[in-house]
Amino acid sequence: MSHRRELLVLLALAVYASPVAWQLLTSITPSEELQQGARLWPSHPTLASYAVVFTQSPLPRALVNSIGIALTTTLLSTVLGTLGAYALARLAVPGRRALVLGILMTTALPAIATVGPLYLTMRALGLRDTWGAVIIAHTSIALPLMLWLMARFLRALPRELEDAAFVDGAGRLQALRHVVVPAAAPGIASAAVVTFLYSWNEFLFAYTFTATEASRTAPVALALFPGVFEIPWADIAAASVNSPSQAARSRHVTAVLRSSSPRASAGSSASRSGAASVAR
Amino acid sequence: MTSGADRAERRLAAVLLAPALAVLAGVTLYPLAQALGLSLERRVPVFGIDEFVGLRHYAFLLRDPAFANALRVTAVFTVASVALEVVLGVAAALALATMRRWRAAGIGLLLLPWCLPGVVTARIFEWLYEPTGWLGIPGRALPALIVADVWRTTPFLALFAYARLISIPPAIGEAAAVDGAGRLATLRAITLPLLAPVLLTAALFRTLDALRAFDLMYVLTGGGPAATTETLTLYAYRHLFQTLQLGLGAAAAVLVLVIVALVAWAHVHALDATEART
Repeated sequence: MSHRRELLVLLALAVYASPVAWQLLTSITPSEELQQGARLWPSHPTLASYAVVFTQSPLPRALVNSIGIALTTTLLSTVLGTLGAYALARLAVPGRRALVLGILMTTALPAIATVGPLYLTMRALGLRDTWGAVIIAHTSIALPLMLWLMARFLRALPRELEDAAFVDGAGRLQALRHVVVPAAAPGIASAAVVTFLYSWNEFLFAYTFTATEASRTAPVALALFPGVFEIPWADIAAASVNSPSQAARSRHVTAVLRSSSPRASAGSSASRSGAASVAR
Repeated sequence: MTSGADRAERRLAAVLLAPALAVLAGVTLYPLAQALGLSLERRVPVFGIDEFVGLRHYAFLLRDPAFANALRVTAVFTVASVALEVVLGVAAALALATMRRWRAAGIGLLLLPWCLPGVVTARIFEWLYEPTGWLGIPGRALPALIVADVWRTTPFLALFAYARLISIPPAIGEAAAVDGAGRLATLRAITLPLLAPVLLTAALFRTLDALRAFDLMYVLTGGGPAATTETLTLYAYRHLFQTLQLGLGAAAAVLVLVIVALVAWAHVHALDATEART
């Protein structure tokens, strides 16, 4: 394709993504200008909205809650999911086909079907408005997906890797820890990123099981910003620009962690020197 | 291998799987069974009401005009969103596949809307629509909601289709060109049939997501104006947590589950049929 047509496609995609850029622009427009109807371009760009969001809104606390909840959910689902998936992929499990099918069906489960009973259970256990409630609910959705993804991924790994370890006298668990998990690291990492993003973005459970700043996540805090007519639009824009950027950052962190594992040689030296230059 | 080793292996499998299965039983299967039980009860905690009513809630739902409305809204939202996403997604994938120098930048721009949390998308579109007032006009709110959903999820379909497109050997298209097929004929007779199974799978994921969707409409319209954007999930949520009729809400949620299961089943069969053909 000609260079010009390629640029036209790129332009079309830029127009498609432009609402995000508009949100960025709104977030640096002073509220007085917004009230006077300046909707496109700020004449006096300012970071005041970010200052408001970070000092006078529940968002900083919500970001901390979101990070804690998403990390715990990811850790829990990844560990339980990888162990279970290994059994499904490699060991003799009675009724495996039915089990895998059941797990696959669970991934299609609508959260609305379990949110009511889970709410009653959380209240009975005194877990309402705690990180625990949201973590448990998120794990119920994330774990089946993790089991299914990892079982598929582990099945695709060559058996010879483990067989070599067995010949060297390793047991199943040792082979799992020292051979299978390192070899599966890229798959585990991408499944973990998917889980983290799910938990970071999830709204229904997080909204239902939380009641105060103590446990509200970023999407909930953002949804509870005042409604359309008396609203600090610039502040909302600042807050909403801010919450996905956190997700992008954590995603980047995961990528760096992955590339700096001892297995990946070229990537790790690059990221280490990158980290070193940041440290300097 | 001795049977002792077999037994040890089976025990290990049980140990490795038990924690995950215990969690699933506790937080998925048990609540699901509870939801079924709850849907047969009249349970209004604030008034201390708790009695068995059998299938009365289901009978009520089938006669409730608000439920029929929610069913219609959900059908329109799901069919329109998924259809538009498939068409736009294939177009975007075809455009991406022809790019060379700027391909990475193109994929980045496309991914941006997809990475945002649904609540953020809702806030962006609330701001976009604010001057038009569409979200408050009965005939406009649902199309506005559909546009926001299409914006958010087209990238998913585009990437699915794109991944399949670049795995099609170019020789196939070249052979068609040698045989005198035009670009449109190649698209219709070769590219689209090759894409079909992938598109069907992606459309299944999207359909299930659209049927379950909650965040976008809850924040953008809250089901209004005049319930013209009240989907089944919003209807169920309203009864579960706003009118606090837990039994009725649970019955509506169970019906959402039944619809999701039926759609998944139908899609899996359609997929089998396409794969048998190609």
